[in-house]
Order: sequence, then C-alpha cells, then structure tokens
Amino acid sequence: MPESDPVAERSLQMQRSPEFQRLRRTFMGFIVPLTVLFLGWYLAYVLIAGFAPSFFATRIGGSNINVGLLFGLAQFVSTFVITMAYSRWANRTYDPLTEPLAHEMEQAAQSGGAR
Amino acid sequence: MIIQAGPVSLDEINPTINMIVFAAFVAVTLFIVFRVSRRKATENEFYAAGRSFSGRQNGIAIAGDYLSAASFLGICGAIAVAGYDGFLYSIGFLVAWLVALLLVAELLRNTGRFTMADVLSFRLKQRPVRMAAALATLTVCFFYLVAQMAGAGGLVALLMGFTEPIAKTITVAVVGVLMIVYVIFGGMKGTTWVQIIKAVLLIAGAGILTLMVLFIVRFDFNELLQRAIDASPDGEAILAPGLKYTNPIDFLSLGLALVLGTAGLPHVLMRFYTVPSAKEARRSVVWAIWLIGIFYLFTLVLGFGAGALVGPETIREAAGGENAAAPLLALALGGPVLMAIISAIAFATILAVVAGLAITAATSFAHDIYASIIKRGDVAPGAEVRVARYTVVVIGIIAIIGGIVAQGQNVAFLVALAFAVAASANLPTILYSLFWRRFNTGGALWSMYGGLISCVLLIVLSPAVSGRETSMFPDASFAIFPLSNPGIVSIPLAFLLGIIGTLVTKPSDDHEVKQAEMEVRSFTGAGAEKATEH
Repeated sequence: MPESDPVAERSLQMQRSPEFQRLRRTFMGFIVPLTVLFLGWYLAYVLIAGFAPSFFATRIGGSNINVGLLFGLAQFVSTFVITMAYSRWANRTYDPLTEPLAHEMEQAAQSGGAR
Repeated sequence: MIIQAGPVSLDEINPTINMIVFAAFVAVTLFIVFRVSRRKATENEFYAAGRSFSGRQNGIAIAGDYLSAASFLGICGAIAVAGYDGFLYSIGFLVAWLVALLLVAELLRNTGRFTMADVLSFRLKQRPVRMAAALATLTVCFFYLVAQMAGAGGLVALLMGFTEPIAKTITVAVVGVLMIVYVIFGGMKGTTWVQIIKAVLLIAGAGILTLMVLFIVRFDFNELLQRAIDASPDGEAILAPGLKYTNPIDFLSLGLALVLGTAGLPHVLMRFYTVPSAKEARRSVVWAIWLIGIFYLFTLVLGFGAGALVGPETIREAAGGENAAAPLLALALGGPVLMAIISAIAFATILAVVAGLAITAATSFAHDIYASIIKRGDVAPGAEVRVARYTVVVIGIIAIIGGIVAQGQNVAFLVALAFAVAASANLPTILYSLFWRRFNTGGALWSMYGGLISCVLLIVLSPAVSGRETSMFPDASFAIFPLSNPGIVSIPLAFLLGIIGTLVTKPSDDHEVKQAEMEVRSFTGAGAEKATEH
C-alpha cells in the first residue's frame, strides 16, 4: 500500500522539500502570532469583565457609555480587522505559494494512475 | 413617520396573524426544498449539496446556521434583563469565528469529505477515531437541538397565548416534524436554501427593528441606555458586568467555551464541505463573520431597546420568559402585525438551525457509524443515504422529547453547553491532527473521550441540571460541581489528554506517510474533494 502509492511517496518528498517548508513557515509565521494576539485580547476582556467589573462600569465623560461597552465594541472592530487582514494575506501571499505545489502534487497523482 | 412605542399589553397578541405569517414561511421553504430535492441523491449531493454553493451563498447559510434562537431570542432577552452580561455572549460567539477562519476552515475543507471524522481518520486509525468523533458529534447536536426546541416551545407559548403544557408539547412536535421533512427531502441542498432564506429574513428583520428603536431615541445611543436604566429595577447596574455572572470563574469558563466551541461545532464544520474549494471556504467564513458581527450589533440595540421599551419585569412575567424579549419589543414598536412577522422569523430561525443539526447528526451516523464502522465501507449504492434519512426521523423524535424536558431554560445558556462539549471533545483533536506531526490515534481517543465524558459529567453535576430553582430538575440535588459551564475544566483537560495519550501510546507503522500526505494536502489543497458536475 504505502510503498506503491505514488501520492504517499510524493507527499513525503514534498513535505521535506524547501518549497513546502517555506509554505508551512509562512503560514505558521502569520497565523500563530495573530491567533495568540486575538485570543489574548479576548481573554483579557473576559478576565477584566469577570474580575474588575467596576473598571468596566467607569463612565466616559458624563454619558452612559462606559469603558466596558467600548472594550466590547473594540472586540467587534478587532475581529473585523483581523478577518480582512487574513483574507488579504491569504489571497495575495498564501495562495500564490500553494498553487505551484498543488499543481505538482496533482501531476504526481495523475502520472501514478487514478487513485 | 413617527414611531411611538406604547405600553405593551399581552392582550394585543393576535394568534391568527402569527399563524398565517408562520404558515407562509413554511409553505415557501417547503416549495423550495421540493424544487431542489433529488429523490435519488448520491452521498455527495445529500451530505454536501454536490459542493456546488458559492462562498457567498455558503457564508449566508453559515450565518443562517449559526444565528440560532440562542443568538436572537436568547441574547436579546439576556441583554434586556441582565444588560451587559448578555452582550458578553455575542462577543464570545463572534470572536470564536477567528479560530474557525484562521486555523480550521480551509485546512479542514482540503482534507475531509463530509464529516469531522473524515479529517481525523485521514491519518489516524479509522474505526475507533470515527466512533469517538461520531459520538461527540451526536452529543453536541443533541444539546444544541434541545436548546432550539426549548426556544420553540417558549416562543409559541407567547405567540399563541398558550399556557397549557400540552400546547408547548405540540409545538415542539410540529417543529420536529417539519425539520424531518426538510432534511429527508431536501438533503444538504434543501437545508442550505432554508438557511439562506432564513438568514436574509432574520438579518433584515433585526435590522428594521434596530432602526425603529434608534429612531425612537433619535439615534442617540446614550438616550437608549438612559431609558433602559430607568426601566430596570437594577438601574445603572445593567451597564456593567455582574448581574448574571457573579462568579468570575464561572464567567471565564463560559468565555472559553464560547470562543473555542464554534470551530468544533459539527454542523458548522460540515458547511465547509458544501463549497468547491478552500478558497471558497475562506470567502464563506469572511461573509459569515461580517453578517454575524453586524447581527450581534443589532442585538445590542434590540436588547437594550426591549429593556427600555418593554421593561425587564414585563419580559420576565411573559410566557416564554427572557426568550420573549425580541417579539415583545416588536409588539411595542409595531403592534401585532410586526410581532407576527418577527416571531415567524424567530420560528424560521429555529427551523433552519434544527434542520442543519439534523442533517449533521444523520450524516455522522450514516457515514461514520453505519457505512464505515458497521459495514466497513462495503455499502450498496444508495444504502448510506437511505440510512441517513431514517436517522433523521430518529433524531427528530429524540429532539422532540429533549425539547419538552428543557422547557423554560434560557436558550443561550443551553447552547453554551453545546459549545462546551464541542470545544472539549472536538477542537483539541482537530487542531492536533492538523498541526502536530506526532499526534496519534491514542492521543485522539484520550482527548475526545476524555473531553466528552468530563464535559457531560460536569454538566450533569452542575447547578444547570439540579439543585436550583432554575435547574432542569429543581427538586433533585446532586450539583457537586459549582460552575454552570464546565469549559474551564474540560477544555484544558482534553488538550492535556491529547498530549498524554500521544506520548504513552505507539504510533501506527504508516504514521509518517499518512501524516505527510495529510499535511501536504491540507496546506496545498492538492487532492481535495472537487465539486460534482451537473
């Protein structure tokens, strides 16, 4: 099975190839910091809401708008910003890197016969 | 135009109008479901709609799947009664989508076919892993279904002015039967169209109500908050956290379950397979995030609007309790007709979500348990889809019974339990199998069963089930776990068990090859399932 499977063999080679390593590094290099950032920011929000509700109750000026409301809305803004940043990065940077590799793999699959 | 919100009188509710608007929605959606349905659907068509939906269509359907009764009725009600604490739900529900977008959606689309178990069994030992994943899927679907059904019962109690328990029971049964019909005949394609129609109606309806509320306060949000403060017995306290959650650990637990649950929800994961490529899966999540985010901004206005214009006390006393806040707001703003429309939309919401859950649970049973485990992949053509259709009937019946038992609970709260199960049983294994090369079958089983069992056990032992007036069984008392959401214990435990299980068990002989194959495919998309031609 695995020995005669051209896709499996090609996958092992591909996984070790510098092109694929670069692809994976690029992905992780973008995704991991961003994930740490948004999860940390969310967790900070939850912890403040839980442990320091009086800070969130602080009013801005004389209005009913308070710090908690602004922090909450900021979570919306950051989610939208990260979504668009990721989408842009994936379309411009990531997709062009994957296409030649995907093409190479599909050719290997075809030359090795239908799977 | 002058919108004047008068005092709400529950006598104004007109069951006939409510019934007509709701029947119209059911008629239209049934017509569409029958138009798009195919009697002899293949697995690809029945489970994944032939992977033929565009990113935008799927994004709207995801919003339709995700914006459940919990998001609409539950969050509006929670904000109306408990103020800021209700808002916390929507933030968790929204931020959670970043986990799905960044870490899961595309890689999953590249490696699976129909279910979450497909992804895991790509490189892990197929039968045990499928069994565990299917059980987790069925459990999450069960909690989620019960929540939606409970919402349906409460809603109709309010709309029709029913107070007798038998009326609620009948309503829950009607929802269950409609769900069965949609899924059996429509498959994934019919279900998706129901979700698309519902998402458009729901977001438009909530948008119109939001505009009406803002119009009353002359687009002055500060004024809206002032009115909500004046109407609430808790006064200013509604603007800060702490009315609903007095225990910060309980709150942290809920927050974790919400943010990590979405990317493990099986009915959300399954939606990524209805598009032709990973790129379309990405596009659909981007669409979904915008729609869901905007909708939650609406609910912030609607919740405080209901608090201000209806009043927390009236809401609490109404049949359906907190879940009735949004329909009552519509009644205050536009009288019985608007209330009928908003209630019909809320009903449509429940129907679309339960249909999505039912098809997910049925797929998981037919594809993972029946075809792969019982029949070991040797299934006659058409048999798998037939089994899936039978399963839908069984799931419908179970959901009806569960929905009757859970009457009166806050829907958002019940859904949060489903999120906790998803985050504990599913997410760790999904992430490990995508990103951790060494991860093996042992780790997956430890993590999935450990997460699933600990989570369900803690829910059973929590005040949600017994010991309090608001519990499911208020007369019994075996709540030895103090938190109402188990996430803070069961999620880290499941992640930890995944590591321990991997380290103490031996990898299979073809571990390296399979891992390489999966990794290359998940990152490049080579070999991923294509759309079927029509």
